[in-house]
Amino acid sequence: MTAALSPDDPAITARQRRLAILARTDATALQQAWDGLAEKPRYRHLKVPETGLVMVRARAGGVGQRFNLGEMTVTRCVVAVEAAGRELMGVGYVQGRDARKAELVALFDALALDPAHAPKIEADLIVPAQKLLAEKRQKRAEKVAATKVDFFTLVRGEG
Amino acid sequence: MYVAVKGGEAAIENAHKLLAEDRRGDPDVPELTVAQIREQLSLAVDRVMTEGSVYDPDLAALALKQARGDQVEAIFLLRAYRTTLPRFAVSKPIDTARMQVSRRISSCFKDMPGGQLLGPTFDYTHRLLDFSLLAKGEAPQAEGNGGSVADALPQVVDLLNAEGLIEQEKPDPDDAPVGDLTREPLLLPAGRDVRLQNLARADEGYLLALGYSTQRGYARSHPFVGEIRSGEVSVEIDVPELGFSVDIGDITVTECQMVNQFRGSKTEPPKFTRGYGLSFGYAERKAMAMALVDRALRAEELGEDVTAPAQDQEFVLYHADNVEASGFVQHLKLPHHVDFQSELTLVRTMRAEIAAEREEALREAAQ
Repeated sequence: MTAALSPDDPAITARQRRLAILARTDATALQQAWDGLAEKPRYRHLKVPETGLVMVRARAGGVGQRFNLGEMTVTRCVVAVEAAGRELMGVGYVQGRDARKAELVALFDALALDPAHAPKIEADLIVPAQKLLAEKRQKRAEKVAATKVDFFTLVRGEG
Repeated sequence: MYVAVKGGEAAIENAHKLLAEDRRGDPDVPELTVAQIREQLSLAVDRVMTEGSVYDPDLAALALKQARGDQVEAIFLLRAYRTTLPRFAVSKPIDTARMQVSRRISSCFKDMPGGQLLGPTFDYTHRLLDFSLLAKGEAPQAEGNGGSVADALPQVVDLLNAEGLIEQEKPDPDDAPVGDLTREPLLLPAGRDVRLQNLARADEGYLLALGYSTQRGYARSHPFVGEIRSGEVSVEIDVPELGFSVDIGDITVTECQMVNQFRGSKTEPPKFTRGYGLSFGYAERKAMAMALVDRALRAEELGEDVTAPAQDQEFVLYHADNVEASGFVQHLKLPHHVDFQSELTLVRTMRAEIAAEREEALREAAQ
């Protein structure tokens, strides 16, 4: 299956966007969205939620030789969700140790592949979450911008 | 030499109960929550994450609570915890140019694209104790003034790059191995990848002293802060189950690009050289000290004489880790009874021999 995928595939970029937003979405918001589903799909775990590490890499000088900065905790979960008579695989990788969050991300990742669920997930979960993240980011950027400083250079007196 | 001992279980258990009681302090004072430590002692949390080498603010805060605020003990706890976890992936290199900055300053240029952003800094505070913090007050609120910050700000050192006045950092080939001290022991001479990992995990106080020594003339390198920036960067990994990469969240990091003087050589015209520091969280002092020491450790590569401690790879890298250092220093507390008994016997024998010789000499002199 993966062999047919190309990184420029619009289906992949759409999925990457969803996963990036879901990973940053509050676990409570994800749970509420799940509780709000009219009908819960049947699913099974391909990988039960598990916490592990990702080694964070950086580059010398920001752009040069790669080095290992340190690790971060990450929790992953892989599910197979039954939708429209077939199984869809969903994957959740989230920062931290919240097993339920990883599971919910995986579930929504899978459900969003089902045309019957996709529009509702996009409208009710993804778009509001994205808006919230953008607002938070903008608010922070405005507060930081207010600390912008103009230093005046004074001529140093000689002797 | 330390030898294993048996017994003492009851005393050890009671000692740990006493530790737990003392950790809690006066029970009439409300207990600290881990969330309070994470939110209100965040720079302590950042240091534990950086030197513990695991980014997880909750766990670092928990470690601080358990360690009664002892940073090195908390770092040890986090390092021990990480050994219980599997590694899922190695991230793509984080892109600090695309950081959502909370702070960004340069001491080289007054005016730079994007400007100087002081952010949440202790700089320019008067270092007077703020007694208003003794009282419970309203949460202070920062405000904007109509401006905003770009999603990506150019690196200040690139301004020097444009004129060719500073050495270029070149990426290594994608298939080149990257050293990992959590998997392989430190071997000398160490490449810059291994040195930077070692320094990133290194004790802040140790790096601060070494960095300071370079400023005072031991490996003088005449540094300027090209740029310091703190903020959030996204972390991206290749997900094997999907066959493509996924952005899994943001981490806060602090980066220091140090710009240093360089005389030039027979083959190279004079140009500025660079030192690099990077930490988890807001650890500016650490990142700056790391950049100074990174530059000092490049002495050999840049054709400089290795004369000072901060330039000596073996000295710097083998003593940088506070978990190792603390372990070796503190193991002296453990029972060394047998070892000490043999030393005691030896000293007694030597003293007896010397006393006997003296007596003999006196007897001869008297005759």
